[in-house]
Amino acid sequence: MSVLIDKSTKILIQGFTGKMGTFHAEEMIKYGSKVVGGVTPGKGGSKHLNLPVFNTVKEAVETTGASASILFVPPAFAADSAMEAADAGIKTCVAIVDGIPSHDMIRIKRYMRRYSRVQKMTLIGPNCAGVISPGKAMLGIMPGHIYKEGKVGIIGRSGTLGYEAAQQMKNLGIGISTSVGIGGDPINGSSFKDILEKFEEDKETDAVLMIGEIGGPQEVAAGKFAKENMKKPVIAYIAGLTAPKGRVMGHAGAIVSAYGESAVEKVELLKECGVTISKNPSVMGETVKSVLIKK
Amino acid sequence: MDIHEYQAKKILAGFGVAVPRGGIVYSPENAENKARELGGSKWVVKAQIHSGARGKAGGIIVCKTELEVAQATDKLLGKKLVTNQTGPEGKIVNRVYIEEATDIKKELYLGLVFDRSSESIMVVASTEGGMSVEEISKQKPETIIRSKIEVAVGMQQFQAREIAFGLGIEPKLISRMAEAITGCYRAFSELDATMVEVNPLVISNQEQILALDCKMSFDNNALFRRNQISELRDKTQENASEVYASDRGLNYVSLDGNIGNIINGAGLAMASMDMIKLAGGEPANFLDVGGGATPEKIVKAFKLISMDKKVKVILVNIFAGINRCDWVAEGIVQALQKIEIKVPLVIRLAGTNVEKGNQILKESKINYIEANTLEDAANKAVKALGK
Repeated sequence: MSVLIDKSTKILIQGFTGKMGTFHAEEMIKYGSKVVGGVTPGKGGSKHLNLPVFNTVKEAVETTGASASILFVPPAFAADSAMEAADAGIKTCVAIVDGIPSHDMIRIKRYMRRYSRVQKMTLIGPNCAGVISPGKAMLGIMPGHIYKEGKVGIIGRSGTLGYEAAQQMKNLGIGISTSVGIGGDPINGSSFKDILEKFEEDKETDAVLMIGEIGGPQEVAAGKFAKENMKKPVIAYIAGLTAPKGRVMGHAGAIVSAYGESAVEKVELLKECGVTISKNPSVMGETVKSVLIKK
Repeated sequence: MDIHEYQAKKILAGFGVAVPRGGIVYSPENAENKARELGGSKWVVKAQIHSGARGKAGGIIVCKTELEVAQATDKLLGKKLVTNQTGPEGKIVNRVYIEEATDIKKELYLGLVFDRSSESIMVVASTEGGMSVEEISKQKPETIIRSKIEVAVGMQQFQAREIAFGLGIEPKLISRMAEAITGCYRAFSELDATMVEVNPLVISNQEQILALDCKMSFDNNALFRRNQISELRDKTQENASEVYASDRGLNYVSLDGNIGNIINGAGLAMASMDMIKLAGGEPANFLDVGGGATPEKIVKAFKLISMDKKVKVILVNIFAGINRCDWVAEGIVQALQKIEIKVPLVIRLAGTNVEKGNQILKESKINYIEANTLEDAANKAVKALGK
């Protein structure tokens, strides 16, 4: 098992015929993902990469039965595309794009409140590398070969730091059930806690590694959730010990503006929640290993 | 993106928030005329820099004659002001704002920010205007009023009234205060702001409600649809290297250490900086060339780092995904043919085609220290400092 996507998940590419959409659709297909078509308004009825192109997500879902999508549309149109996916009944939507205005993200999240918990789409990102269930499917832009199939879940804000963790784990023989990049923006589709909930329910996930960073309340909220609701062990690394206060460190969301948002404070608060801390980024794999052995 | 006080006041005035009359000047003669034009017998001369706490740094001068206004302007223009928000390098005053003086009866605080927990807009108000919000929350936390606004429907009249009553305003002034609060909210929500702070918001002796000082920041990601806001950018108020970097699509933050670094991805960049620190070094910067780490970006990154005199060692850490290490390595070799690097260089490549990438670096004539892991890279960079 895995969370969010597996071998049978039917995937749509929104912004299919563009350069990014084309390149990454090919990579996903190569990895084994079941890409069933794409959406580019105005190009409906044509074929691209031997797959059907649709004008609307609704039409695409009705025809193909797709339940997941990935957005390769420019930031100015991304909010609209995400809401279109939610409305068409897509269950998991990944927004790779960096640069969506915060006001738009709030608008998407308010829009999605109209759906019941069961019907509601899970939005992953924006500004993320996507989701991969190793050996099964990839709904993202990561290099698939660095992920070994296994039983540890990963949730992270950063793309390349997530790759670093996956590689450290692979080198130690530890595999991954699903790796979810939730993105570096201040307001994102799914939080650490949202994904922790899914991993706790997943029978094939034994432990979860959270890769957090400075800024925002999400890591600590996830720690509290783990303490109160989880049986599976949670391991965390928080990046940004050296980051100065009040400065944005690359990710729009990586800024310390309140108590509990610096790396040191987050580490302390997570420890209190019983989360095992990877003391530096070069021992993320080893820390996961030590927790798995104890288990 | 930050803007100046006078620009923020102009924006807020457009949303129905009253502000004292004033005008921007660029010379003492200008200033004297402006004071005459405004009339009255008392003026405030305010240095326009992107920072609060200007008063303590001598950036705000109250004057009683037109001549004093000219002299104060002369004193401020071109001056470097160092406040607790500018860092030790300070900021240069290129514009001065002349404003009619206000007789203050009461000073209040009003701020609007995104609340990341509730994903709504949070209004923060206090009766203790004039102090920074950090000081208020330390010294008078009981005076702070918080109100979450549902963005889908916007601020309702009753919410603005509740805040106004919470501030202990006289009943006859409530509706005017509510208008000012609503105006600030509309400016925030309609212009893609990330912060609006009016401090102090004052009640004058004439019972006017005026935004005496204000600050606004905007979402960089939304500037594509806010042309009038983008035009307000004043690059002279930003760190020169950071402006150079942002103009070239690099994410860069200048820091105090001496190990320069070039990394792909913000999280990996922060993690690498953490490793440098743990190895006993100090990073000179944060620099994310983007997940893709294209050769063009790498060239620009080397150029940027080579301009920084503090840098004694350069650490390159690239985790290649779709962009393969061989391609990244070629980018590094190209960059080093164009830019001469005089300090030791540590390079760590990882990910797709790492062997090929390291092979290309070895076969090129560049002088560098190879590292394999994050830890190895940080240790070698710190060790290279001593050489």
